Amino acid sequence: MTILQIAVLGAVALAGTAVALAREPLRQAMTLGVYGLALTILFFVFQAPDVALSQVVVSTVGLPVMILLALRKIRQQEHERGGRGSREE
Amino acid sequence: MSRRGRLGLFAVAGVGAAAVLVVGLAGLPAFGDYHAAYGLIVNGVGLSERHATDLVTAVNFDYRAFDTLGEEFLLFGSAVGVAVLLRPTRGERQPPRAAAADERRFAGASPALRALSIGLISPLIVLGAYIVTHGQLTPGGGFQGGVILATAPLMAFLAGRVLAFKMIATEHLVEAGEAFGAAGYALIGLGGLVFSGVFFHNFLPMGLAGHLLSGGTMPLSSIAVGLEVAGAFLLVWTELLDQAMLHGPGRSSGGGS
Amino acid sequence: MSFLPYAIAAWLFVIGLFGIVRSRNLVITIASLSVVQSSTYLVLLGVGYRTGAQAPILADIPQVARTVDPVVHALALVDVVVEATLFALLLALAVQGHKRYGSVDPDEMRIMRG
Repeated sequence: MTILQIAVLGAVALAGTAVALAREPLRQAMTLGVYGLALTILFFVFQAPDVALSQVVVSTVGLPVMILLALRKIRQQEHERGGRGSREE
Repeated sequence: MSRRGRLGLFAVAGVGAAAVLVVGLAGLPAFGDYHAAYGLIVNGVGLSERHATDLVTAVNFDYRAFDTLGEEFLLFGSAVGVAVLLRPTRGERQPPRAAAADERRFAGASPALRALSIGLISPLIVLGAYIVTHGQLTPGGGFQGGVILATAPLMAFLAGRVLAFKMIATEHLVEAGEAFGAAGYALIGLGGLVFSGVFFHNFLPMGLAGHLLSGGTMPLSSIAVGLEVAGAFLLVWTELLDQAMLHGPGRSSGGGS
Repeated sequence: MSFLPYAIAAWLFVIGLFGIVRSRNLVITIASLSVVQSSTYLVLLGVGYRTGAQAPILADIPQVARTVDPVVHALALVDVVVEATLFALLLALAVQGHKRYGSVDPDEMRIMRG
């Protein structure tokens, strides 16, 4: 096991912990992107370029776009509800 | 259950789960000490038998093609699920404001970002097509290339042109891509059944290793899966985008999200 | 030292579960679930790794070279892509739940239904 592999494993553990402990969804979406990049590098040093290729596209573009759009929709619904002033319908 | 009670319960359950995991994983062979027969056999015969230089693709689209069929319909099912969940709510608001939506470009689209995004569209299409078609030769294949192909139209959205994105990736086109991809992959499997009596048997000539048309049915499978994955991702993005952008409240919230 | 990848997989599994239990927002729950899921990639790739071996791309390397296991790579790479659309399905459920119950906090959603 090389130093590089140990270092990247450490980075993955740190980033994964940061994702799980995040309190704010928007910030968590960004952390999730960093975590995905750490996983990508890990897959490269584990000699798995195919997995790294799919991870890098999914985690840098795919997931963040989905989360941001869902958060925006939820925020809009919150605004509308706030406007009507009735939370229980 | 109260929040405190739940966290307390998790403290016990989490430690237990961690202990069980560590004991279970300790039973695996040490890292780097690999002895499984299946992978060694594939590594030995993949090139000579299937003429594929990327063994991962050979496993995906040939040796374990049936498994990939299941995965593919999982993908298909969840993309359809997103559409089913989000679509009925479209009638809730009049679809109008098509013109207004174009105005409501999202806050971050500076001219530089817009130019960069538009400029990236065609390279992304080329890269995606390359990765899909060279699946059996170099790292990549239908799954990775499909996602890259799906990101190309998304660049129009990043440039702030929501409507342009909707025009490139129209619902019919996206749905057709997804459906043809899924059906095409299943038909390749049926082709094996018809021409050599075994479902997903690689019935085409293997060609010359290293050439574009090598590996029998692998390039075809790769293209079918690429279509399907690109369609599924675009379908998911369009549905979420419709919800978040075109059916929002009248005021332009402009929130950076 | 050779247990490290598996130890980190176990850690990610448990910390992801903790994120799920702790979260007060369904979007955070979903992202934590993806951490739990990614721990399986570490186990899969850890099992398939051989010390000193090369990636299973035979284009430029001599036939005698040792390569890592392509089977686990195939499993992991397909899962990465399929997981993303499942993730979208969960997000759509969260959006619909918010539309219906007016909250993304699981606790509040239960109160509103009862």
